[in-house]
Amino acid sequence: MSAPTKPLLTSRFGIDESWKLANAERAGAYRIARQALTSRKPADLKNEVKNANIRGRGGAGFPAGVKWGFLNKKEGEEIYLVINADESEPGTFKDRSIMDLDPHRLIEGAIISCFAIDAHVAYIYVRGELAFSIGRLEQAIADARQAGYLGERPFGIDHAIEVYVHSGAGAYICGEETALLNSLEGRRGEPRLKPPFPAVKGAFGMPTIVNNVETIASVPDIVEMGGDAWSSLSRLPLDGGIRIYGVSGHVKNPGLFEAPVGITMRELIEDYAGGMLGDRPLKAVIPGGSSTPVLDPRRKVDAPAEAHPLHKWHGQSEIDVPMGVDTYRALGTMLGTCCAIVMDDTVNMVEACRNLMRFYKHESCGQCTPCREGTGWLVDVLDNLCEGRGKVEDVELLVDISNNMMGNTICAFADGTAMPMLGMVQKFRDEFMEAATRGVPEGVRHDESVRAMVEGRA
Amino acid sequence: MAFALTPEREQQVDDVLTRYPERRAALLPVLWLCQRQNGWISPDVVGYVAERLELSTSIVKGVVTFYTMFFDEPVGENVVWVCRTLSCDLRGGKAIQERLESKLGCTAGHTSSDGKFTLLKAECLAACGQAPMVQINDYYFENLDLELLDRIIDAHAVKGGEAAAAEFSTFATFRAPTGGDGGSRGSVSSAPPPPSPEAVRLASQPPPPADEKGDES
Ligand SMILES: Cc1cc2nc3c(=O)[nH]c(=O)nc-3n(C[C@H](O)[C@H](O)[C@H](O)COP(=O)(O)O)c2cc1C
Ligand code: FES
Repeated sequence: MSAPTKPLLTSRFGIDESWKLANAERAGAYRIARQALTSRKPADLKNEVKNANIRGRGGAGFPAGVKWGFLNKKEGEEIYLVINADESEPGTFKDRSIMDLDPHRLIEGAIISCFAIDAHVAYIYVRGELAFSIGRLEQAIADARQAGYLGERPFGIDHAIEVYVHSGAGAYICGEETALLNSLEGRRGEPRLKPPFPAVKGAFGMPTIVNNVETIASVPDIVEMGGDAWSSLSRLPLDGGIRIYGVSGHVKNPGLFEAPVGITMRELIEDYAGGMLGDRPLKAVIPGGSSTPVLDPRRKVDAPAEAHPLHKWHGQSEIDVPMGVDTYRALGTMLGTCCAIVMDDTVNMVEACRNLMRFYKHESCGQCTPCREGTGWLVDVLDNLCEGRGKVEDVELLVDISNNMMGNTICAFADGTAMPMLGMVQKFRDEFMEAATRGVPEGVRHDESVRAMVEGRA
Repeated sequence: MAFALTPEREQQVDDVLTRYPERRAALLPVLWLCQRQNGWISPDVVGYVAERLELSTSIVKGVVTFYTMFFDEPVGENVVWVCRTLSCDLRGGKAIQERLESKLGCTAGHTSSDGKFTLLKAECLAACGQAPMVQINDYYFENLDLELLDRIIDAHAVKGGEAAAAEFSTFATFRAPTGGDGGSRGSVSSAPPPPSPEAVRLASQPPPPADEKGDES
């Protein structure tokens, strides 16, 4: 069992009515923002974030400090901060907890970040379904403004800061940063070609930093502790700090857990999430949202060469590799949003795959042909396989379609569809072959092991 | 008849316009204000929004059709979104949908004959750890089982959406790690709302090992 750590990001989640300003302040809210704005220099704050080695919490894992360093404001330009609260990647449910339980931490992070990057306006783009979270954020912003922490002179200094909430209206693709910017500007949420990157030309044609909710909410702790100290909370190099891990699916205690970067999937499932539901065997786990290739606990890390980044874990199960942006990339998957979907041995992987590919088909924005057509085609082939109309060649067809989608589109959506599809076929090929010859057995449902519970028979 | 916002909402539009450097950026917020008042984005609403934001109606329509939450036809008094993405399906999402269909007497994508409910399938709603779940109007209802679902739907039918939400809706709530919480699902239906202590179980440290193992299965 991993050693418990003192909560940071979630330290106020447990206090009574933690979302109210007075309660949050009693527990330390805005102390760091006041100090940062009144006694520290923006360059110095940017440096702390750089030293913290915080990798973006929205899925791509880009170092926030490096991203902030891309800003190069020109005469007449205005810098914007855009906070990504679209949280729509299947399996991901962490940002909502920050908005609902500690909105003031996010606002405090936004204030410090705006000051550090020389922005005067931050937009928080929240998916439209989270109407409750939107209401809570709006109230918190109004209260912070009333208290003089936002507005013309936050904490009495000469650097106006406003934070606004912008509600989406149902579209996964709006989580992609350039689609989000289009949606913010009142357009269809279709991704833009990059370059130019948002840091050069983003919201309203101005240099813009887009960061995830959890990334920005970590900034107060980073500034308070100092970037180096915060970074060293992690068990991994160049991937600093603590983060919120999520677990859903077939575990005893699904939920969210704060822990250092670099715990293993096995620890997450067994120590944090209470182990497998009904003590059934773990079959597969999608590590960080549906776009990240699946892990198979039976598989061993194959890294005999000493120079291999995973050599230390050579011969161990995939789920014993520490969860980090770089370690998971070396493993052929991605850490993504760090919210795992856990599946027990009752799950048919072809069915599970069809469920997710239907999601991608539904959510493709349709701009690029390989993505629009590819996602539809994948679902057709998977439908055939599941319903006993498949052929052995269909399994290779899934691979072909996926390969043709990768790298051929404006945004990473198609890659985020093709990579997990390829991972499924690679790791569970037997099951796909079986489906191709016999279909998926009648009565196989993903919820087999929980049906009695839902139906109230347990 | 031409559509008009109430004076209070007109005020909100004016306020929203101050938030962005470009008028067009107010499009989504203004559409939301209209849909909240009108229930759906009717052709009259499109006309109003286009005029208010100095856009063409085709631009407004193009945006409305892109987003699943803007309704371009009328919907029932309550809109029920049932999440069928993987995490929810692993915990019984399909059974939830089937129960809704039999209870409401309509399949997903349709409105019940009494006009009280429109049932729609949703993709992941960012509540995966509290699966299975549904969204009804503006609220989430999580950690469902069929019995709890029945009570929630009945409450909507009898008391209306706001009263039902006050009684049953859930939001992210902290639950301090305690021992033996491996099988706490069963108590969800009796949790006092809000906050439901079961909505999110966020532990900042690993919970101590469960005393009673596997009592959920
Ligand atoms: C299809 C797609 C969906 C995405 N959805 C989200 C999302 O819901 N939330 C998020 O923070 N980032 C999402 N991202 C990543 C963003 O594009 C961007 O990298 C991120 O917001 C940057 O913040 P970070 O560096 O702090 O992680 C998505 C990316 C893609 C390609
Ligand atoms: S899968 Fe249903 S909320 Fe995420």
